[in-house]
Amino acid sequence: MSLGEITRVSLAKDLRLEWRSKDAINSMLFFALLVVVIFSFSFDPTAEESRHIAGGIVWVAFLFAAVVALNQTWARELRNQVLDAYRVSPAPANALFISKAVGNFIFVAVLEALMAPLFMVFYNLRSIGPAYELVVVAVLATWALVANGTFFAAMSIRTRSREVMLPLILFPISIPALLAMVSATTAILTGEGAYRFWLVLLVVYDVVFTTVCLLLFETVLHAE
Amino acid sequence: MRRTFVILALLTLGLLSYALYEGLVAAPTEQTMGEVQRIFYYHVPSAVTAFTLFLINFAASIIYLARRSPTADALAVSTAEVGVVFCTVVLVTGPLWARPVWGIWWTWDARLTSTLLLWLIYISYLILRRYSTSGQTPVIAAVLAVFGFLDVPFVYVANRLFRTQHPQPVYFGGPGSGADPRMTHALLMNMAAFFCFAALVVWLRFRLERARQDFDETEALEALLQPDARSPR
Repeated sequence: MSLGEITRVSLAKDLRLEWRSKDAINSMLFFALLVVVIFSFSFDPTAEESRHIAGGIVWVAFLFAAVVALNQTWARELRNQVLDAYRVSPAPANALFISKAVGNFIFVAVLEALMAPLFMVFYNLRSIGPAYELVVVAVLATWALVANGTFFAAMSIRTRSREVMLPLILFPISIPALLAMVSATTAILTGEGAYRFWLVLLVVYDVVFTTVCLLLFETVLHAE
Repeated sequence: MRRTFVILALLTLGLLSYALYEGLVAAPTEQTMGEVQRIFYYHVPSAVTAFTLFLINFAASIIYLARRSPTADALAVSTAEVGVVFCTVVLVTGPLWARPVWGIWWTWDARLTSTLLLWLIYISYLILRRYSTSGQTPVIAAVLAVFGFLDVPFVYVANRLFRTQHPQPVYFGGPGSGADPRMTHALLMNMAAFFCFAALVVWLRFRLERARQDFDETEALEALLQPDARSPR
């Protein structure tokens, strides 16, 4: 089987499992909802203020929620030694990585699509800049979070207290990406400032780190 | 080996004392900032040393990933630990200097933020090493080191643009063309002394790590060679 085919099969399996159990999406949704409500209480912003802080709140909420899903990525494969079976199989390691990363991307994208209207309602948001550009930002930003997140989750399953480890190694590396996505979102919402630079930065970040992930994933998978 | 260490340690001590004298006494007092500027002779050498150590850590991690040599891993862990110490010195002396000169402890300037982030990344590197199960530690640590190092340019670029819209204090980079030659001399002496000191500590830590690796290896070998009494056959 080719890389594409294995990726497709593995992704289909993950999506089917998620569709039936809805483990990741339910816990992410509830978690993100809690973050929205708590932030809303703690800041109690007016419409004008919220336009300036919403970018930060949205992405911090999504980042925290994504960690919930990312932590579950590999846990499923540890049961019944599925990961060990994958290691001895001739299937390319990157097929596994791509399928997991794309799977996580879909879960987080669904979460964002469901949460975005809630944000609009709770924070009385109305974009001044071109709102459709927010979709581009969301796609690039989500990939930046899940590509590294999926990779680091594969690393953190090798540690004690693995659930705690993932944010500890993921957050420092993600800070420039987070800065870029927050700045781009805020620039679009307020209609001031250049957001194109941040989009370019996100694209470069995505390309660089996805390449490194693909180069090193086999090493991490076989690290024994 | 022990004698070499003692000799080198004494030489380093001598160099550090001389550099201290140069920095605190011999170098002229700066015109606008006054005596507080002398912190410069510790701040900048620490920063250069920390960055050099992180650079060595990155190189050692790459070599480890390519060749799986335990020596490279020992070098990586030693440089990371000592680098974090020097980076901490930078982050402590920075605000101490900034407060009287800029009037603020901290600003989210590109250089400050990059240093802080570098510090955070290497702390997470050390935590990862501490928490990972033995045997896999070197590989995943080396991988994280590669990610961490690649992250730094992004932080720098992101912060530069993010912050330059606001007026910010001018960063006093090294002695410019007009600086007193005695200042440059004191700086270079301190830089040399800090490098020697760092090299000495890294060497010590490196030998400790090598000894630990040998011990682990011997232990594993003995466990293999001895007939296992616990498992009934």
